[in-house]
Amino acid sequence: MKIVVAIKQVPARDSQLRIAGTGKWIEEADLAYEVNEPDAYALEAALQLKEKHGGEVVALSAGPARVAQTIREALAKGADRAIHIEDDTGLLDPLAAARLLAAAVKSEAPDLVLTGLQSDDLGYGQTGVILAELLGLPHATIVMQVEKLDASIRVKREMEDGWYQHVEMPLPALLTIQSGISKLRYATLMGIKKAKTKEVKRLTAADLGVTAEGSHVVVDRVYAPERSKRTQLFTGTPREAAAQLVEKLRFEARVL
Amino acid sequence: MSVLAVLEQRPAQDGRAEWNRMSFETLAAAQQIAAELDTTAAAAAIGHGIGELARELAGRQLGAVYAVEHDLLREYTADGYVAALRQLIERVKPRVALFPHTYQVRDFLPKLATSLGRVAVSDAVAHRIEGGQLVLVRQLFQGKVNADIRFAGEAPYFASLQAGAYRADRAVEGSAPVESFAPQLVMADIRAKPLGLFRESERGVDLTAAEMIVSVGRGIKEAGNIPVVEKLARALGAELAASRPICDAGWLPMGRQVGSSGQTVTPKLYVAVGISGAIQHLVGMKGSRTVVAINKDPNAPIFEVADYGIVDDLFQVVPELTAAIEKIQ
Repeated sequence: MKIVVAIKQVPARDSQLRIAGTGKWIEEADLAYEVNEPDAYALEAALQLKEKHGGEVVALSAGPARVAQTIREALAKGADRAIHIEDDTGLLDPLAAARLLAAAVKSEAPDLVLTGLQSDDLGYGQTGVILAELLGLPHATIVMQVEKLDASIRVKREMEDGWYQHVEMPLPALLTIQSGISKLRYATLMGIKKAKTKEVKRLTAADLGVTAEGSHVVVDRVYAPERSKRTQLFTGTPREAAAQLVEKLRFEARVL
Repeated sequence: MSVLAVLEQRPAQDGRAEWNRMSFETLAAAQQIAAELDTTAAAAAIGHGIGELARELAGRQLGAVYAVEHDLLREYTADGYVAALRQLIERVKPRVALFPHTYQVRDFLPKLATSLGRVAVSDAVAHRIEGGQLVLVRQLFQGKVNADIRFAGEAPYFASLQAGAYRADRAVEGSAPVESFAPQLVMADIRAKPLGLFRESERGVDLTAAEMIVSVGRGIKEAGNIPVVEKLARALGAELAASRPICDAGWLPMGRQVGSSGQTVTPKLYVAVGISGAIQHLVGMKGSRTVVAINKDPNAPIFEVADYGIVDDLFQVVPELTAAIEKIQ
């Protein structure tokens, strides 16, 4: 089974974000980046399917030069090769991102395309489904388990309130994978060494024949969220802060 | 050029259709946005055997109610829903189409919008009208930053609304004509085959009945540290709960998860320990009466819904808090 995994690089989860001077995005200069967590689980699911059924795992990522690090990590964990779509435009429109990814996936003609259910930065949760539509593939989202049948797959989808559903669909197909569905593997020393010899194809939008379209959704302004509640903060030593909190819980909130 | 609310229903245990509770939040939002844009609101219900639900909508202030029905819409499939709704959108030509941000909508809305050459603004939490144009507010970076998003290009514009962003009880009563809409669908177009719904055997504790909850998140760092919050829960007589990553890691059972994929709770007291407050968690607990947050990151979104907070190392604070509570009891 040939599997393409679309992976995004995002600012590290514990980043202290600052609004850029333009007010239209965050300050990127001093940020650390990491793999988008749900995409790490998509890669893990792909590697497990390959271990069971054979085939090939191709890591695919779009973004500027720094994305090379995330691609190296995917190769070190066991992806066979990678495609880096070099893009400096920021890709704030999920359709624009999906159009680039679709062009690269098309020439690979995989049996399965996997990606995380959403990104930790923009959080649209749409790129995978848009990609499926652009490629004309059936899809399922928020997938917990993937089981390969003869020419089809059977997946377990998560629904609200603790419900699940099994869905079957023909291959090729696209799945968006839920975070936390299995244990993530670490790259081994051998894996890290081998990654250096693996193929990384670098392509631009022009190479892929994708021309820029105007954005359909425009970020006008970013800003710190207004607080819906005013939080009373307690300071001092941990003991002092705890004592003040208990006092408030007893005599103001009256919950103790 | 109306504002169309596409509502969600699902088959209930007895075979009849019932509304997803978020549907009326979307309906209220459509009415409000339509009034501000000086146009009318409309609503659509989609499925099979939904006549009764559609008639319920006849008692709301709407320009029209569309009952989108077909045998092939008996069970949800992305292919079936997108084909049907695409035909409805082409016929009704709304200026804005609004959806509740449910798991089902997340599955088909991006496909629907793409098939019409549009991009949906997903998971919006608020809106404004600026110069006659709709501007939507979304949360980025797991709720740490907000963004104002504007649509470019021509209508229709698509958006889904976060649970709780609009109040269902604001939906205005009135009357509306109900119209049947029968989309053209063929079996061959529906590629996925949905099988039955099921729940895992482990149902866990009913956190919804708890008066007090101590909830733990990633900040606890490892399974071996769970007793730190267990002791606090015991001192308070509270139930122990967790955010999703803790349950995924198996440090606490799935049945103790609070959030969009777990339970929605409204206790008297909710103590969030080492929880950053991703949207998926907040929707499950923001109705709590009093919220306490203990987190070392002052910018964690959990503080947006917290009444009381301590910005410090939880491993220092929680034992002190436990001791202080034990002292008064």
